Amino acid sequence: MDMPTPDPAILSRKAAIVARLRAVLPADAVIWDAAELRVYECDALTAYRCPPLAAVLPRTTEEVSAVLRLCHAEGVPVVPRGSGTSLAGGALPTADCVILGVARMNAVIETDYDNRFIRVQSGRTNLSVTGAVEADGFFYAPDPSSQLACAIAGNIAMNSGGAHCLKYGVTTNNLLGVTLVQMDGTVVQVGGPYMDAMGIDLLGVICGSEGQLGVVTEATLRILPKPEGARPVLMAFDANEVAGECVSDIIKAGILPVAIEFMDRPCIEACEAFAKAGYPICEALLIVEVEGSPAEIDEQLARILEIARRHNPVELREAADEDQARRIWLGRKSAFGAMGQINDYMCLDGTIPVSSLPYVLRRIGEMSRAVGLDVANVFHAGDGNMHPLILFDANKPGDLERCESLGADILRLCVEVGGCLTGEHGVGIEKRDLMAVQFTAADMEAQLRVKDVFDPKWLLNPAKVFPLGVTAGRRAA
Amino acid sequence: MRPVDEAELAEAVRGANGPLRIVGGGTRGIGRLGVAEVLDVSGLSGITLYEPGALTLVAGAGTPVAEVEAVLAAERQRLAFEVPDLRRLLGRSGASTLGGVVAANASGPRRVQVGACRDALLGVRFVDGAGVVVKNGGRVMKNVTGYDLVKLMAGSQGTLGVLTEVAFKVQAVPEAEATLVSGPVGAAAAVAAMAVALTSPFDVSGAAWDGRVLVRVEGMAGSVAYRAAELAKRLPGFAAVTGADSAALWAGVRDVTAFAGGIGAVWRVAAKPSDAPAVLAALQDMPHRAVMDWGGGLIWLLVEGDGGAEVLRSAVTRLGGHATLIRGDLECPVFHPEPGPVAALTAGLRATFDPRGIFNPGMFGPGMFGKVA
Repeated sequence: MDMPTPDPAILSRKAAIVARLRAVLPADAVIWDAAELRVYECDALTAYRCPPLAAVLPRTTEEVSAVLRLCHAEGVPVVPRGSGTSLAGGALPTADCVILGVARMNAVIETDYDNRFIRVQSGRTNLSVTGAVEADGFFYAPDPSSQLACAIAGNIAMNSGGAHCLKYGVTTNNLLGVTLVQMDGTVVQVGGPYMDAMGIDLLGVICGSEGQLGVVTEATLRILPKPEGARPVLMAFDANEVAGECVSDIIKAGILPVAIEFMDRPCIEACEAFAKAGYPICEALLIVEVEGSPAEIDEQLARILEIARRHNPVELREAADEDQARRIWLGRKSAFGAMGQINDYMCLDGTIPVSSLPYVLRRIGEMSRAVGLDVANVFHAGDGNMHPLILFDANKPGDLERCESLGADILRLCVEVGGCLTGEHGVGIEKRDLMAVQFTAADMEAQLRVKDVFDPKWLLNPAKVFPLGVTAGRRAA
Repeated sequence: MRPVDEAELAEAVRGANGPLRIVGGGTRGIGRLGVAEVLDVSGLSGITLYEPGALTLVAGAGTPVAEVEAVLAAERQRLAFEVPDLRRLLGRSGASTLGGVVAANASGPRRVQVGACRDALLGVRFVDGAGVVVKNGGRVMKNVTGYDLVKLMAGSQGTLGVLTEVAFKVQAVPEAEATLVSGPVGAAAAVAAMAVALTSPFDVSGAAWDGRVLVRVEGMAGSVAYRAAELAKRLPGFAAVTGADSAALWAGVRDVTAFAGGIGAVWRVAAKPSDAPAVLAALQDMPHRAVMDWGGGLIWLLVEGDGGAEVLRSAVTRLGGHATLIRGDLECPVFHPEPGPVAALTAGLRATFDPRGIFNPGMFGPGMFGKVA
């Protein structure tokens, strides 16, 4: 993975830059010791590591502004970091950058049930946003699987999704406003506890911009009243195609489950070996979850099961109680852990039109056999968001490269059938060089121009999202 | 100019030597724009892809909304965000187009449940001010590849580019709906009642006030009956209306029919729902009428006399939110003045996407007055 050559002029000024940072921040908020900086050398894409020049942990919007103004004046690149759970390398440093971590900014600023919003500092973790309101019967809907650790700042940067976004949408659909600090230190309030942008929808483009347009320090989030209850059903089929058709029929019937999760045979076998959830061993499993009162759940599940029966399922398993519901989710929720147990793996998240599901799964199988690396599929089927897990051995020379090459081919396939490279993880460095598969030069230029407006010197997270060759002129400027 | 495809449209933009006013069906444009040549996008019409099983529809920006709605209805599907038809309110004729809906981010009562037009928009193609074709987003439900220019285009009123194609996520029409209707009630009590409904677990898909409070639920028949009954327990004195009668109530809210033919300036205010009574109180010395949607988060005002621009804008600025002049010949900006840093970013985006400043010049600007062109 190519990263830009660090600027020797910045590296040689490290002591002076650190001294200036220490002048605007409390003593414990600046980290420059090589050993301590190791913490920040990578995110959840651990194959790539590079310690930064320094790291700062501000506590307020004013401190963030001061840091950015200073780095802007010094010409030092800044890489914002939430909790460092990016699977795409979104928070990967360069040796000449300052890591700006928002982890210490985790306060709840305002909770307003009547107006259905919460305002938090952006370093607060996703799950603890729900934690702040759930005793009163509310929740924050986007639920990425890293929700215990991941920060709202990172969720906004990547426009994170989760298993339940089929019904509730992703981050951008649940974000009402932000406090954004631009690279030159300017503090901008965008949106607020009301719907609709004023004028052009800046909030819409800030969300998902991977920390390249500004640093979000506060966020106003929509919160929702918790449904009365939820219940999953497990459906087993003897072919991926059949499971795919069943998904399509459920959607067409006008039923809106909160989640439709899909697991293929390699994934089922691995999860079963690991979590022993008692899954039937078959070609394809669907977990469909619906919400409401017990009677409403019965009404929806009856309709869903009637559709499923038309597709000759191997097994249909309803959850009679909490424990059975937990067991149905157990395997799915431990899928990534199960894979990690057997192998190193790379997790992709391309999205495809739901109608292409059977074709794409068949092609992935063929490609996997041709390369000789196993691929297990577990994904959000309702919205076509795939999660192929390519298994490899990091200690075997050449395996990582073969894995990356297969991954790139799978993502090309996603684009080919009308989908996209990434549905919820973001581009980061991981898919940077594939952007040209999905976008023309003009498509990318339009995006680069948005960054030109927010960050004319290209100092914020500059080596991400776009191929380095495409951004070279701007980064050097 | 009326190009019939994207290439012709791009050519027309490249060849333009003066300002262009971008028009779809001409049904929802607001404000008085300067003299400009009309760029009619209605020739870029037609549904190019519709997959009911994937809830996806892609169409040319000039495709009439009515055509799309008919095609969707044949599969018992719909645009979830309830496209407002403002023709009677604005005194227009013509056929509303998908591109116009997107450019205005026009969204109806279901916004409280499923979001706005921008939330259902999956992808766009557009021609920028240099005549270059750009695509963003796509046709899939989840897509975080690169920056989200889809959202940026929605609601940008044609200032950043001319839309040529739009892709939407659509929704199945639920089998039943019911609306609980209150007796006559004031604004403050209405906002409180709507908050009761919207903070309940009963998945309310509309909460509006037109002198009475309206609360809607939709879904499977048994579920609708159950939720309507549960809500009625929490909203004493409300009576249930179902089926076509319920639907008619919401068409009225969506299209602001209460003000059609009424005399005065029409404002659309976005505010925190609990601030809505304070917004109305600011206008107490002025003859006006008000209706609310989105639980009070959207206020429609019909203001007689001088139109109330100064009083309203200062109240909304103080409380947080924004007020847009939808109809009326007032000497004030149509769009709420933006704070400095936001205005600077907006101006920067317009300058980079439309460097010659030819798309709807004057739109969003301080010099844009409210006479309907």
